[in-house]
Amino acid sequence: MDLKLTPEEQAFRTEVRSFIRENLPKETRERLRLGYSASKPQIVEWLKILNAKGGWSVPGWPKEWGGPGWTVVQKMIFTEEVYMAPAPEPLSFNSTMIGPVLMQFGTEKQKRHFLPRAANMDDWWCQGFSEPGAGSDLASLKTAAKQVGENYIVNGQKIWTSTAHVADWCFCLVRTNPNAAKRQEGISFLLIDMRTPGIEVRPIITMDGSHHVNEVFFTDVKVPVENRIYEENKGWDVAKFLLGNERTGIARLGKSRERVGRAVELAREVRLGGKPMIEDERFRERVALLEVDLKALEITQLRVVARTGARKDGKPDPGSSVLKIKGSEIYQGATELAKDVAGPLAMPIWAKELSALSNEPEMTPEWAAPLAPTYLMSRAASIYGGSNEIQKNILSKAVMGF
Amino acid sequence: MDFDLSEEQRLLQDSVTRLLNDRYAFTTRRLYSREPEGWSKDVWHQFAEMGLLGLPFDESVGGMGATGVETMLVMEAMGKVAILEPFMASIVLGGTALKYGGNAAQKSAILPGVADGSVKLAFAHGERQARHDLTDVLTTAKKDGTNWVLEGAKSVILHGDCADKLIVSARTSGERDDEAGITLFIVDAGTEGLARRGYKLHDSTPAAEISFSSVRVPDSAVLGTVGGGLPIIQRVMEAGIAATAAEAVGAMETLHDMTVEYLKTRVQFGKPIGQNQVLQHKAAEMLVELEQGRSMAMLAAVTVDEEDAAERERLMSQVKVHTGRAATFVAKTAVQLHGGIGMTEELAIGTYFRRIMVIEQLFGDTAHHLAKLSRQVG
Repeated sequence: MDLKLTPEEQAFRTEVRSFIRENLPKETRERLRLGYSASKPQIVEWLKILNAKGGWSVPGWPKEWGGPGWTVVQKMIFTEEVYMAPAPEPLSFNSTMIGPVLMQFGTEKQKRHFLPRAANMDDWWCQGFSEPGAGSDLASLKTAAKQVGENYIVNGQKIWTSTAHVADWCFCLVRTNPNAAKRQEGISFLLIDMRTPGIEVRPIITMDGSHHVNEVFFTDVKVPVENRIYEENKGWDVAKFLLGNERTGIARLGKSRERVGRAVELAREVRLGGKPMIEDERFRERVALLEVDLKALEITQLRVVARTGARKDGKPDPGSSVLKIKGSEIYQGATELAKDVAGPLAMPIWAKELSALSNEPEMTPEWAAPLAPTYLMSRAASIYGGSNEIQKNILSKAVMGF
Repeated sequence: MDFDLSEEQRLLQDSVTRLLNDRYAFTTRRLYSREPEGWSKDVWHQFAEMGLLGLPFDESVGGMGATGVETMLVMEAMGKVAILEPFMASIVLGGTALKYGGNAAQKSAILPGVADGSVKLAFAHGERQARHDLTDVLTTAKKDGTNWVLEGAKSVILHGDCADKLIVSARTSGERDDEAGITLFIVDAGTEGLARRGYKLHDSTPAAEISFSSVRVPDSAVLGTVGGGLPIIQRVMEAGIAATAAEAVGAMETLHDMTVEYLKTRVQFGKPIGQNQVLQHKAAEMLVELEQGRSMAMLAAVTVDEEDAAERERLMSQVKVHTGRAATFVAKTAVQLHGGIGMTEELAIGTYFRRIMVIEQLFGDTAHHLAKLSRQVG
């Protein structure tokens, strides 16, 4: 047993770190370091740089389809370095969702058309899975697709669709057979061009005050039959593959480390009880506890990654549920810590645009402004991607046999 | 990076597990605890025959030359059945003290006996006032010609009642809490002036209060250098932390297995209580802590022989904090999910709960190590 990275893997880490340092646009890095999200143009610009480096924008892809052909360990190292930089991460819709789905289930024509565009961010994908009545219980989805000639006519509604407002394409689960014996057997997997007439995207503003997610309405939307993935009514198999696909970064190790590091950095500047907050016993203890949990999670991730390399059955590892549960809790702890360092300064809503117009000084320092929104949005980490309760269900069934 | 066990490691794990499955049913454990020593001499001999008692020692002194990983595997298996024998005291703690402090003569004089089970060691460092402060040593040793004379008392010494040789810390210079000036001595338990009062801890493992009244030992009894005992004591604590991390994993496994089994068989309101999702989720939370704990035990196993002392010390504090929190959570939840029967002496759950309570107080508790880590933040 040996928990150390090989010299080659260490060298790989160094290579990734220096490439990011030399090529990540300064403004993008600064924005993320402060705790803001990068804009779409900033993300696309950066991912195109990564793609040009040899498919680094799609770290899990094989060379055959323009990826770097990395090992699971290399992928893990890359993800950590991206988070730690901090740099925009590969767009998971493109990189870990539709890409692997196309490789597994797509026709030759679909692969040739969509894969290179996804790698190069020529298409920004979003995921049309959840519906108002189908959250954790995804199989109860109702959005209907009826075949008429060469097209499906899609009617219905999706919700919580992240980035739909900036996306070019959406991969969607739709019901093609409402009379199937089992709910799972009447579902198909469609690729939908977001510019198609009949699609309406309405923003949902989350409690951090931002526009990340949307409702998407489909009214008589025409989708060519050739944009169906795999067989009709077999979409559930595709969805299961997608959801079970090993998702690097589910533990958010690098992201949480970066946030804890940021909190420590800020605590040197902020005063508490007449001295820098970094000297406060309670603050230090919170950091120490997060670091303990991060260390345990780091080793658990290595164990899961090592098994992923060895597993050939393609089934998800129950260890992923441990990573999801602990990873989201730690991330939430880290964003909460950073918010608490800023204290009352984190409370005003930062209105840079208003300040700029009125020429008044800003309400709150720029460093403090994003900490509350990031904390607020972090509450979603234990909800999306299979809520932590669903993860506990998975452990109950898959490991404990309940 | 490689989490696989070697063929030899797998064999070791299998044979220890098989032996303990045969010899350490919970009801048998209770019988062992009633034997005069409070543990089974017979099992101890079997450990010796399997080579377990020489596990970490060099082959030249009758050992197997194994690493922290082998110790982890053995401790995990022992933790599953909550053994009573002095493996931790004699092999892990005593053995580590000799490994890092002993000269060639001391090793070849003592370790072969330890490895064959005829000599048992105990590590007598803790004192009543010291809590978890390693430098709070009031026991003194004064030079008298070629001898040293020890005065003082040691408290809650694991298996101190049955040990043949005690490794005793005493202050040879400096003041209470000074890092320098602590010296380790190898003291025969039968030496005049040494008195022991044995008792059991809450988990039935034996321990002792030991007093030293003009106890004379020769200069050759000094382990390591005069005044330089602290780094050795630190290594012993780290070995103890690694061992208890693995032991706690074993204990958590048993607690989790028993709890899942109970949830599936205990019927209330006409169905197994495990059909209630609220109970399934509690059991899932136990599993999450167990898996994280296993990760930390692995980290400890590969860190215990690490060269970089500062990094080793930091990681071991992290391991102990995690062990304390994870194991305590698992133990509390196991009792809760068992309900009333989980509170009884009859069921093993309470024994593991108590073992985990004791582990929390060994080698520095969670608060101690968390404070240590907190001081290094930033």
